[in-house]
Amino acid sequence: MLIGTIIYALINSVILCLIAMGFNLTFGISGVANFAYGAFYILSAYTTWIMINSFHLPYFLSVIFSIIFTMALGALMYQVVLKRVRGQAISEVIATFAIGLSILELFRYFGFVGFEYNLPPFIDASVVIMGTYVDVQRIIIVIAGIILVLALWFFTHNTSLGLAFRGIAQDERTALTFGIDSDKIATLAVSIGAGFAAIAASVIIPLGTISPSDGYDILIKALAVCIIGGLGSTGGVIFASFLIGFAERFTDTFIGSHWTMIVSLAAILIVLIVKPSGLFGKQKELEERI
Amino acid sequence: MNQAKILEAININKNFGGVQAVKNISFEVNKGELLGVIGPNGSGKTTLVNLITQFVRLSSGSIKFKGKKIDHLPPHKIIGLGISRTFQMVRPFYKLPAYKNMIIPLYSPRAKSLLGGKYGDRDAMALDLLEEVGFERDSFVAYKPAGVLPQGYLKRLELAKAMSLQPDLMILDELFSGLSLAEVASILPIVEKLLQKGISIIMIEHRLKELFKIADRVIVLNYGEKIADGYAQEVMESEAVKNAYLGTEA
Amino acid sequence: MKKRKERIDRGIKARSGDIFALSSYREMMYLSAPRFVPIIGFLILPLLLGVYWQKVLLSVAVFALLAISWDILAQTGMVSLGQALFFGVGAYITGALNHYWGVPPFISIPLATIFGGIICTLMLLPVLRLRGIYFSMVTLIIPLMLVRVIEATKIFGGTEGLTGMTPLPSRWVEVYLVIGIMLVCLFGFRRMMDSDYGLVLRGICDNDRSVINAGINIYWYKTQALFIASSIGAFAGALMTHVYMFVGMPVFALDYSIFPIAAVVVGGPGTLAGATLGACLLVPLSEALRGFGGLRIVFYGIFLVVFTVAIPEGIFPYVQRKYNEFERWVEVDK
Repeated sequence: MLIGTIIYALINSVILCLIAMGFNLTFGISGVANFAYGAFYILSAYTTWIMINSFHLPYFLSVIFSIIFTMALGALMYQVVLKRVRGQAISEVIATFAIGLSILELFRYFGFVGFEYNLPPFIDASVVIMGTYVDVQRIIIVIAGIILVLALWFFTHNTSLGLAFRGIAQDERTALTFGIDSDKIATLAVSIGAGFAAIAASVIIPLGTISPSDGYDILIKALAVCIIGGLGSTGGVIFASFLIGFAERFTDTFIGSHWTMIVSLAAILIVLIVKPSGLFGKQKELEERI
Repeated sequence: MNQAKILEAININKNFGGVQAVKNISFEVNKGELLGVIGPNGSGKTTLVNLITQFVRLSSGSIKFKGKKIDHLPPHKIIGLGISRTFQMVRPFYKLPAYKNMIIPLYSPRAKSLLGGKYGDRDAMALDLLEEVGFERDSFVAYKPAGVLPQGYLKRLELAKAMSLQPDLMILDELFSGLSLAEVASILPIVEKLLQKGISIIMIEHRLKELFKIADRVIVLNYGEKIADGYAQEVMESEAVKNAYLGTEA
Repeated sequence: MKKRKERIDRGIKARSGDIFALSSYREMMYLSAPRFVPIIGFLILPLLLGVYWQKVLLSVAVFALLAISWDILAQTGMVSLGQALFFGVGAYITGALNHYWGVPPFISIPLATIFGGIICTLMLLPVLRLRGIYFSMVTLIIPLMLVRVIEATKIFGGTEGLTGMTPLPSRWVEVYLVIGIMLVCLFGFRRMMDSDYGLVLRGICDNDRSVINAGINIYWYKTQALFIASSIGAFAGALMTHVYMFVGMPVFALDYSIFPIAAVVVGGPGTLAGATLGACLLVPLSEALRGFGGLRIVFYGIFLVVFTVAIPEGIFPYVQRKYNEFERWVEVDK
């Protein structure tokens, strides 16, 4: 019982981490809070579904296509909309939120709701780990999560583009003087963030069905993790994912599944009271904190 | 001159993630004097101002204002006690007329208790203060949106905003930067007048010639350390200062 | 020959803008019409409309209130994505008071307004220390999470909600109460935002450091603005509870968050009048589009994007300019 809970808590944490990573990355680099994040997640899942069921592409190709498609859409959103309102927080928030809303409600309107809208697991099997049945898809999720975090770390520390990313994240103006094109980097940031959403969707969605209302849930989860961990801090996101992941699983097992949401809400409120900028929030003394 | 200390900083330190911006600095400001703070770019002058007004928290050390510790207070309380500052980078409310920019400091608890004023009275007070810093009444320049005013007027506006808080200590952060000689010459008498009123001033400045005309004492910072403290003439002749600062410029 | 458009203040505006030296009925009309036309319009309309459109008018006023509340927050630098929080908290307070203790509406609505304001303010208080998008993030997730909490713990009737609230005495009371409050809020808070106090609030949005540097405690002022805004929202929610005689999870629905934002963005942010105008345009439009069902929200989304990107000042400033200035084409010298 306890070991099973721990294993599932671990998996849950990795899922949360995967979900929050893209949102956090986009914000950390470009300062754009992409409130269309949940919509991108759902959009990529539907794209994969359509590719498989309408165009009869192989599963693997469909996934690749949907990731690329979602990334392109993210870049397009930055170029067409966000570029024009860059730096005006109000407009950025409203525009991205409205785009997300439109995408999700459009899917709902066209009737993309129901049990037939699901993706098959990559490998339909399960294994026994320390007396607990775990399906292979969940193990794939964990592996994907670890690979993504490692890849991200390698990318930002060892490639020139990654270093440019970090430069922009730390001080946009100085980075500009070094000839880093901040618009280009921000486009990439939004696009890569959307790509993360797509990757997360491809590995996580096979566990359940696709539904537009999940788009809001995904956004809530991403925001909750970022608020607790501290916006823009990768370490914070990982830590917060594990915090919420374990808290949710343990309340589910030992108190009751009703209480999971209350625990998350309580966690957010407590963190906001104790340390408003999040547990690992960067101490930008004059920026985030006033 | 009354030698009572109005501000006293004792061994203050500030780290910015490993970079020590201010190292163990101690200094004091006597009542009614003008203390100049000079130093090369990046020597920690603006950080010093931010530390006094607590816009940035101290890493260690303590600051006393009129004998009372202030380093645990939030910025607005410190300003309410009678320290006011100008910013090096002026950022007024560009859409509002200049005199409307003055309303916010005039609305602060300190200005309200010292000056009083109801809704509407503050407009008149704002116009009076602006006239003091050189907004000519006849030209209606005070009614123009701050966004269209030239730098010289914006700096005057910044000064007037600081004055409207009726401070006992004013901190002027590079008030003269970006101004022409003529403009500096016309603002200097305003600063002198403030001194005559008994207001103590800390002035951070790159324009040494103008500063030395009015400064009683000068401290010199270099790489976050205080390397000299004394009367203008002494400081100018000190070897350390010549090497660190003036030497490189000459 | 090149031409450019020249805009000149109408003489009547130049003379009457600040100084009230009115010399003719025409000038008096000019000044008072923008205030009296909407007031009289709102007061007469319910008499002319049938029951159905009266209900529409009621929701125009409710959404106008939520939009005004949003605009006050936005002018203070707080972008709320969760007006539904204020609405829902107000609705549940009055619902619980009326359902469990039988408190009559004319006591429960004011109580819900005040305590709704206090509860929302306390909930969001920690976020006020942060700049930027934190406020949006937190206001977005709290109402959505509260829905889950109510669903899971089955408090306040759980998914079923609470029914059987005491209705207001008549539909005339409903309509005129909400219209009256809306007009008071519109003109009262417009005046407030133009006063010195409002200047401080707007200053916080524009450049908070400069306001701190004036020795003003910005958290205290933000708290006040938050209390005002959440009370307005809570009032709207409380009133609708007694109109529908029901309170349930739909009060936290996204509609109540997104509609007011759309109204403000379309009408013109920063004026409160724009917020009201936006609600007057969008709510009837939404009724007309009822046939499209869920697609309406898509339309709002598109509206929002187009207006924020292309016409960020909204409709109201345009109307205002047409009223106050005339335009003519003049030839440009070489």
